[in-house]
Amino acid sequence: MRTPEGLKYTKEHEWVRMEEDLVYIGITDYAQDSLGDIVFIELPAEGDVLASGQTMGVVESVKAASDIYMPLSGKVKKVNNALLDNPESVNENPYDSWMIAIEPTDASELEALLNQDEYKKLCAKED
Amino acid sequence: MSQRLIFEVGKPGRKGHSLPRCDVPVRGIEEIVPEEYLRSSDPELPQVSEVDAIRHFTALSRLNYGVDNGFYPLGSCTMKYNPKINEDVSRLAGFSGVHPALLDCAVQGCLELLYRTDLLLAEITGMARVSLQPAAGAHGELSGLMIMRANHEQNKEEQRKKIIIPDTAHGTNPASAAMVGYEVIEVKTDSRGNIDPAELRQLMSEEVAGLMLTNPSTLGLFEENIIEVAEIVHDSGGLLYYDGANLNAIMGITRPGDMGFDIVHLNLHKTFSTPHGGGGPGSGPVGVKKELVPFLPTPVIQYRNGQYMRDYEQPLSIGQVKSFYGNFAVVAKAYAYIMSMGAKGLRNVSKTAVLNANYLMNKLKEHFYLPYERTCMHEFVLSGQTQKEKGVSTLDMAKRMMDYGFHPPTVYFPLIVKEAMMFEPTETENREVLDEVAEILIRIAREVEESPELVKGAPYRTPIGRLDEVKAVREPILKWTPPRKNNE
Amino acid sequence: MFGYMSGTDSEKKTMLTEMGYQSMDQLFHDIPAKVRLIRDLELPTSLSEMELAGHMKALAKRNVTTEEYSCFLGAGAYDHYIPSAVDHIISRSEFYTAYTPYQPEVSQGTLQAIFEYQTMVCELTGMDVANASVYDGATAIAEAANMAGRITRNKEIVISRTVNPQYRKTMHTYARFNGQRIVEADYQKGATDVAELESKINSETAVIIIQNPNFFGAIENVKEIAALAAKHNILLITSVDPISLGVLKPPGELGADIVVGEGQSMGNPLNFGGPYLGFFAAKEKYLRQMPGRIVGQTVDGKGNTGFVLTMQTREQHIRREKATSNICSNQALNALAATVYLTLMGKQGLREVASLCLQKAHYAYSKLTETTIFTPCFPQPFFKEFIVKSRYPLNELNHKLLKHGIIGGYDLGSDYPELENCWLLAVTEKRGREEIDLMVKKAVETA
Repeated sequence: MRTPEGLKYTKEHEWVRMEEDLVYIGITDYAQDSLGDIVFIELPAEGDVLASGQTMGVVESVKAASDIYMPLSGKVKKVNNALLDNPESVNENPYDSWMIAIEPTDASELEALLNQDEYKKLCAKED
Repeated sequence: MSQRLIFEVGKPGRKGHSLPRCDVPVRGIEEIVPEEYLRSSDPELPQVSEVDAIRHFTALSRLNYGVDNGFYPLGSCTMKYNPKINEDVSRLAGFSGVHPALLDCAVQGCLELLYRTDLLLAEITGMARVSLQPAAGAHGELSGLMIMRANHEQNKEEQRKKIIIPDTAHGTNPASAAMVGYEVIEVKTDSRGNIDPAELRQLMSEEVAGLMLTNPSTLGLFEENIIEVAEIVHDSGGLLYYDGANLNAIMGITRPGDMGFDIVHLNLHKTFSTPHGGGGPGSGPVGVKKELVPFLPTPVIQYRNGQYMRDYEQPLSIGQVKSFYGNFAVVAKAYAYIMSMGAKGLRNVSKTAVLNANYLMNKLKEHFYLPYERTCMHEFVLSGQTQKEKGVSTLDMAKRMMDYGFHPPTVYFPLIVKEAMMFEPTETENREVLDEVAEILIRIAREVEESPELVKGAPYRTPIGRLDEVKAVREPILKWTPPRKNNE
Repeated sequence: MFGYMSGTDSEKKTMLTEMGYQSMDQLFHDIPAKVRLIRDLELPTSLSEMELAGHMKALAKRNVTTEEYSCFLGAGAYDHYIPSAVDHIISRSEFYTAYTPYQPEVSQGTLQAIFEYQTMVCELTGMDVANASVYDGATAIAEAANMAGRITRNKEIVISRTVNPQYRKTMHTYARFNGQRIVEADYQKGATDVAELESKINSETAVIIIQNPNFFGAIENVKEIAALAAKHNILLITSVDPISLGVLKPPGELGADIVVGEGQSMGNPLNFGGPYLGFFAAKEKYLRQMPGRIVGQTVDGKGNTGFVLTMQTREQHIRREKATSNICSNQALNALAATVYLTLMGKQGLREVASLCLQKAHYAYSKLTETTIFTPCFPQPFFKEFIVKSRYPLNELNHKLLKHGIIGGYDLGSDYPELENCWLLAVTEKRGREEIDLMVKKAVETA
């Protein structure tokens, strides 16, 4: 299971990457692996303002559906609509398959997220 | 072996029907109906003879596996034998040819049957009255929860909008709750398979409408704290809802009403032996305690002045939940079943169902992990987690069972047991069948040890192999497309 | 008493002993004594198979049936002919004793039949996708209204008063608890009043619901209403009589977004109201919002074509409280009957059945309105059902007709106070000219 360095993680298995002023959000290798073949993704619309912890989308496999939660509050600036037609790319490259990019309301919320080590421990515990 | 689609059989001009000639003066259709309303081309329906049709559907039937084919231990589905006489009597022309909008005086036989079934089910469950209108279990749940909410509203307690549901519940419970505007609160099951009364007490409040409970639970275990659970819910003003999916374990032994439940739904297609039909029709009667009778769906069947009648004058009723009065022909089969069993018979059903489940569980528990080591009721849940460590999943083992000629148990449910396998042998099976099934399952467990790849590749002897469900979703084909439309 | 159980008493005793139990009661030790039933259930003495058959026949005898009576009653359930082969197929126990096809390798029969059914529903309605069926015509409308609410995120439903009163009642029941608001739009001259319909539409409206032919049997101007829905950017649900689609334009061609209906007419007996089936079809873009089971085609590891339940993440067993509906069962066996019916009728037969109904209904209408007792009510074109106004009280008329072996029409006064003594009659292909003539004669004599 890959857990790259330099990213932040959530307990709900989202990853977060800061790039210039935007925060990119996706789901982790662990998340895609436990879901299995992803067949459907639902994402918010550009311009939506969502609070930390709010549902921002859904990923589905054949037999499971899993909500994706906002790791931190912000306004949706970009949506990776290419994923909608190619949901399997989340299975193949979870860390390249960002889902949305947001402009955070309060960048300090990033501090509360898990780092690589903490997230690895969490996954080990859940197995 | 695949069977061609009916659309790929047949030739233009072939027909499978014979209709009378028109014996009234025929007028041009355009004279009667404006042309803009008329269909310009016929639908692409099959063009086959009667024999083609019969052979096609007979061939399809042979790709199926039903209770009449063999052992069907699908947990929480109660796949018991469906007595043949019940099929015959429910199809009598005196029932099948009765129009539902006929006057009461013309349908006394049907109304009497409904009325009697209402009272019989009320006695079996310890309720005051039962509505037979809901069409299936989930529909009964929906109606029961509507009754719950209507009752709270009547008592000026509109704020009760939360419902407590255990983590072992069927998915229909939370889904039905959402449809009546309830917010679902999940209560965890403890290590013995019970609800933890302390946790329940904490969850109860003036915002909670009630608790939905399946008892025995989907773990096949009787809720040992039921008396305390009922008290906790009632003390804080909530109602207790009984999901009757597992009533087959307790008929004549205990009754939901005596346990403290206020609302009950039943699945006639489970406990009362009406066949499942490949997924329906079912029937999901909803019963209530005396205080809640005014909220039952309309019409209520009454017996007054020597006549049976449909009573719509129920001002507090939630109203109609479907057309007419329920799946009558299904109710008729359940009625016939109860009449042929009687009180002793029904108790014997439950005792034998529980005996058979325990017998099979005892034979298997050394070979598969048993997460709850208790006397089970009519079903039990094993976990395939030991086998999973060898790389073989519960799904693989389920598919392997088909190679040995029987239907797999319910798998991956309840959700709180990893790699779950839920077995419900039912009362209609005998010891030889159970012995044989146990032997096969033990053989599969051995195969997992010795040749896991064999199990992972199963099934081998079914009409078709494991199907690509991912492809089915990613590239959906949900109907046959006529060639003409392909060319367009 | 015949228990349908295979095990013998001595065998059961051995099983108990082997497990280390002394008695059956010990198996139930988890049930607190306080809630145990210490008496027998109070049920009638059990009957033998022969006695049961006699008892059921005696009950059945106390009903008026279409077997012996000439039926002119419709109002949502119809006395159409069911070819003999239908019952032979649905009586195959491989079909009727199977459960939901969760294990596709041993359920291809049910799955392929549903796939064929879905195809036929799409062909009839002119829609893209259909589900495996819901309970009946009434719940189909209620489910469709929920679906429209999810798609548009609006709460208000505008429904024509010409929709079957039972369907509207069912919708009102559902809406009372799910937060939707229902607004009814009146009719004019027996068809939906389009201007009134438009006046009910506002920014909260999710959908317009109509029925075609409507409850009065009249053919609605679906195209005009679809245009209205499109203009206001809301959806249109049309409930249809499947037999009428042998001659009438499919609602899909007229602009409906969701098409539902009561499928009883297709090979299912009247059965005092059930089991029937609700068919449910929609435009492809709404697929993920559909309720109920859906079957799809795929392949196995060797490339063989097969069928599976698909798009299951919409459903309650996966999505729980976030599912598109709580529905679990479909009406599989009834849908199978409909599939066999449509197979036998085929392309040509459905048109023939529809034409026979249309011709015979118009013959009955002209015969009735030639008399001095019955007068026309509405000027709309109709299909197999129509209304005449009677000078004679309908309750008495219907009672007296029963004595002559005739099941009269539906008394509309109870559902529509303004239509007192308006008689809704249905004429299917089963009614011969002599029966129609006799009905008219007896109705006139009675009055």
